[in-house]
Amino acid sequence: MIEAIGLTKRYGRTVAVDDLSFTVQPGRVTGFLGPNGAGKSTTMRMMLGLDRPTAGRVLIDGKPYAELHRPLRTVGALLDAKWVHPNRSARAHLRWLAKSNGLPAKRVDEVLDAVGLTQVAGKNAGGFSLGMSQRLGIAAALLGDPKVLLFDEPVNGLDPEGIVWIRTFMQNLAAEGRTVLVSSHLLSEMALTASELVVIGRGKLISQSTTSEFIDRSTGNTVLVRSPQLAKLGPLLVDKGFTVHDGADGALTVSGATSDQIGDVAAANGVVLHELSPQRGSLEEAFMQLTGDAVEYHAEIGK
Amino acid sequence: MIEAVRLRKHYGRTKAVDDLSFTVRPGRVTGFLGPNGAGKSTTMRMILGLDTPTGGDVKIDGKHYTEFKEPLRKVGALLDAKWVHPNRSARAHLKWLAVSNKIPASRVAEVLEIVGLSEVAHKNAGGFSLGMSQRLGIAGALLGDPEVLLFDEPVNGLDPEGIVWIRQFMHRLAGEGRTVFVSSHLLSEMAQTAQDLIVIGKGQLISQTTTEQFISDATKDHVRVRSPHAVKLREILAADATITEDAVDGALVVHGIPAEQIGEIAAEHQIVLHELSPQRGSLEEAFMQLTKESVEYHAH
Amino acid sequence: MTLLAVERIKLFSTRSPYWCSALALVLGVGLTAIIAASTDDGQLSIGVTQFGSSQLALSVVLVMAALAVTTEYRFSTIRATFLAVPNRTSALVAKTVVVAFIAGVLGEIIAFGSWGVAKLLSPASDLAINTGGEWRHVAGIGLLYGIGAVLAIAVGILVRQTAGAVAILLVWNMLLEGLIGIIPKVGTKIQAWLPFQNANNFLALPAGSDPGEGMAAGIDFKLSQWGSLAYFAGIAVALLVVALIVAKRRDA
Repeated sequence: MIEAIGLTKRYGRTVAVDDLSFTVQPGRVTGFLGPNGAGKSTTMRMMLGLDRPTAGRVLIDGKPYAELHRPLRTVGALLDAKWVHPNRSARAHLRWLAKSNGLPAKRVDEVLDAVGLTQVAGKNAGGFSLGMSQRLGIAAALLGDPKVLLFDEPVNGLDPEGIVWIRTFMQNLAAEGRTVLVSSHLLSEMALTASELVVIGRGKLISQSTTSEFIDRSTGNTVLVRSPQLAKLGPLLVDKGFTVHDGADGALTVSGATSDQIGDVAAANGVVLHELSPQRGSLEEAFMQLTGDAVEYHAEIGK
Repeated sequence: MIEAVRLRKHYGRTKAVDDLSFTVRPGRVTGFLGPNGAGKSTTMRMILGLDTPTGGDVKIDGKHYTEFKEPLRKVGALLDAKWVHPNRSARAHLKWLAVSNKIPASRVAEVLEIVGLSEVAHKNAGGFSLGMSQRLGIAGALLGDPEVLLFDEPVNGLDPEGIVWIRQFMHRLAGEGRTVFVSSHLLSEMAQTAQDLIVIGKGQLISQTTTEQFISDATKDHVRVRSPHAVKLREILAADATITEDAVDGALVVHGIPAEQIGEIAAEHQIVLHELSPQRGSLEEAFMQLTKESVEYHAH
Repeated sequence: MTLLAVERIKLFSTRSPYWCSALALVLGVGLTAIIAASTDDGQLSIGVTQFGSSQLALSVVLVMAALAVTTEYRFSTIRATFLAVPNRTSALVAKTVVVAFIAGVLGEIIAFGSWGVAKLLSPASDLAINTGGEWRHVAGIGLLYGIGAVLAIAVGILVRQTAGAVAILLVWNMLLEGLIGIIPKVGTKIQAWLPFQNANNFLALPAGSDPGEGMAAGIDFKLSQWGSLAYFAGIAVALLVVALIVAKRRDA
């Protein structure tokens, strides 16, 4: 479990993180979202004791990072895949990390195998592609078999197979009861990966909830209805007080009703349905709605 | 339009690109997909005349890239956002590019404005974040107002707002009749961006088709059905379909019967439906299905 | 002309050329100033004023020229360059012209700067530039730098890495050609055909007139002084042609 309590970080007059409190629960993948400059990296660095909070604290299983006896055995982190000496082999990189936390050398081979780098373990990390570096970073995070895992943009540089792999991998880690916190800008990817979301903007908490709550709260839900008897069904739905719009290619878009309610109306009146699909907003839409004014660089979309 | 005809690039015995033919049409966003090591980058570099093909040919509107006198006015490319001198300002970087192709200096300020970098134009590119470098790269590609645009992983490092922006931007460029060719590993992103797809694996063409066609060819459609009379409905449908249950909400997942027909059957038996939604496969599933033999590093 | 403008913008929009030029100026003029200050007034000769410019500062200029292309490879801007100008030969020739020209101008500034400083610090010495040989000795520095820059760019294109190119140029110029003279009998005969030795021969003042001739002493050059310069230039251009052919064939 990760707990941030009144966490604040100031650089001179700039407030990077402002009185931020949230909890990351074990057993699920929690997404950590926010526009550029929202303070995500700073927060993650404070979790790992790399930056010192100006005020407040962040605890991992009840302790600050610095007080953990063998930190790699409690927390595994992938912040930047390029934090590796280019002329050191992948195996040597993991070996010194293992040594530093009293981990057995055979664990190195285990994690290399887990990320699929066994065959290139003897090669220098400097020659790795971004995807391979990313896998090496993940191997390092796993080394101490930690209960808490932090990933910053883990799919960066991975190919589609790698992306599916890391997604399943993170979900498996969570299913084993670990705490998994993932920061990413790729919302369509996060929608598939994270079941919980912590969203921040300008250093402040915008939302902490499940992913589906987050989407439902900020996007209107509609139901797409197709039927050979739409002319009959439409007025019946309007009579019930639902809002009905003509959708694409002869379908109806109904808002203000659940698909259950519409199905009941159709059945009660003997209307045949060809489609009755609840339409959900995307995480991206929800995110844009909620963080609209917390964005740093605005490009001119109209131009 | 970009046309590759039997394009080959061999490094010693390794065949990075092998007998690859495809056409990228104007007016559409065409996605260029493939696992790592499939030869995407090599192909893009050959399109741009950076690498010389071992055999075959790739032409842009009938000409080799190197035959254009002012190529930036014809083709804009973002291959790697880091191809900028770190001690040179964003503006100076664009300025020398503009001068080299006789593009008016006023265009530099315009493209900086378009990508939202005007305020940091005087700063050295070395201090830019990946997202800002990416925007600078995009500005460079747009400089000559080109008809053909190539992007390699354009959303790399962009934040959600930037991702939406570049997606809409590419749609607009294609809408103006330009040829837009985008390579990416982010399939959920590509599914929203590309109308056409060129998929390669191990240097060879796996598929060239529309995104929609690609998905429906490689995945099986199914229908999600929820009903207060689920048990009865399941009995009726069982004869003609394979039915499983959704682990989360117990909905029926019906393979083999289209939604329309399920609706007709339900009405006939006076079964109330609470949901009847046809589900399409994802681009990711389709891609995995088709490329599983041509992947480089398999993790366990 | 367009391509020259492109290269000019590229060169002057980063800091390293300014730093290299400043360093070359300080080393070249500075050495002369130290020599002039520590020599009794009236004892200074023209040959001594160009020690700094023809040896120390030249090395800095060679490095600057090599950097102009190796940094393009290092930061992959060479690809951006070849995308903008697919005719690689003209792009690289334009770069060579701009860098060589700037090196030449810098050479004249350093040469006459050194001479001026010497005159200022040692007013009683006979430093007047009268003969053709004396003019060649001072004004020739610019030509030397320009040609040296061409050679350095050629090496830079071929090697592509900064460390490698710089090491080759410095070892070649400062060590290798001098050391070959140690080889008994044939040493000096080989030296007569080495590019930087010929460059020194071009600068040399008439025998006996000056200690400056020590730079290329003991070598029996087969070429006239202008011939030596042409030979130095010929080697530089030949190397550049090889580099251009390689760059054209190579994948960028």
